[in-house]
Amino acid sequence: MTGRPDERVDIERRRLLTAAGRGGVALAAGVMLMLVPPPVSVVAAAATAGASNKVRWGLLIDTGKCADGCDVCVSACRTENGWGGSGNLETDPQWIRTVTVKNPNSGSQVSVPVMCQHCAEPPCVDVCPTGASFKRADGIVLVDKHACIGCRYCMMACPYKARSFVHEAVTDQKPYAPRGQGTVEGCTFCVHRLDAGGTPACVEACGASAGGAMMFGDLNDPDSAIAREVTRLVTTRIRADLGLDPGVHYRGI
Amino acid sequence: MGRLSAAIRVLVAAAALLAVSAAPGRAEEGGVTLARPPLPASGQCLEPSETMRRNHMTYLLHQRDETVRGGIRGAKYSLRACIACHAQSVAASADPAKRSVLPFCAACHDYAAVTVDCFSCHTPTTVEPLPVALGSAP
Repeated sequence: MTGRPDERVDIERRRLLTAAGRGGVALAAGVMLMLVPPPVSVVAAAATAGASNKVRWGLLIDTGKCADGCDVCVSACRTENGWGGSGNLETDPQWIRTVTVKNPNSGSQVSVPVMCQHCAEPPCVDVCPTGASFKRADGIVLVDKHACIGCRYCMMACPYKARSFVHEAVTDQKPYAPRGQGTVEGCTFCVHRLDAGGTPACVEACGASAGGAMMFGDLNDPDSAIAREVTRLVTTRIRADLGLDPGVHYRGI
Repeated sequence: MGRLSAAIRVLVAAAALLAVSAAPGRAEEGGVTLARPPLPASGQCLEPSETMRRNHMTYLLHQRDETVRGGIRGAKYSLRACIACHAQSVAASADPAKRSVLPFCAACHDYAAVTVDCFSCHTPTTVEPLPVALGSAP
């Protein structure tokens, strides 16, 4: 952490000499009174414990409560994470989108919000050549943009089209949601909010100003509301046949 | 024994000489004038200046992996903490509260001709007031 051992010695020596220069009082040649202030501990670091593998974050979306044309979740995500907005639909990133699915036999249709499904077996992680695409201990699938080289293999591998490439230069990012040109990005389940004990922005907005179609929680905790609902009701996962074990469950599709 | 105490005397005398010759706080090292970024308004960094000058990138690199991959938040060295103290007012900004850390980084990075990549993704600005917890340094 503090560099090579010789460098550490170097710095210690320099600090001693600097302190001598500042706090030393020369009484006579060869005699010094040292008035060295004690080292100042500025901040007591209080780090959180981090992601735990006892937790599996999941989302349950009841599409029966999704009004036709409602995009409250999409705009909440855009505001929270600062994506979209250049107006070029072909290249604008898209962390969450609404897809209208129609049953050709009955003619019934429903609007479905689709984002990263946070698979337990994520193909985007399998194909990433740099290890930038990874799954956190609590099941959230993320891109470490420090390591992302923008090859877009993960976008090819994802059956949900959940990830986007940032084509344009980005400015005025949110402090907690860094984004940069030449990297791939996608839904993070608002990881900065979760780590602070909150819920994703889409879930909050849907509950506050739309149908309350989204339920978020820990699938591993049998007492959580989402785990009880998933146990009680039949839920669907998109392309369940692929066996990726997504964390996002749907009702009504 | 006598030789040792003589050596100590010489060393201490040299230190005393240095104390006289070097102006306090002057950032010189091996005869090379160093870039001197403005001190944070709060007065005191997380580590002494010479440690930060050499190791800030190591601290940040280590902690960024812990945060991004491990979800560990609020540890000692974060880029947001750098920005919180070292960001300076932006003269041309419409928002008077807006401060940017870029001039602070540029003070050394331009001098050393080292490109800093952090701010191609992270925002260098903040509108938060200076942290008061750090403001009581001598």
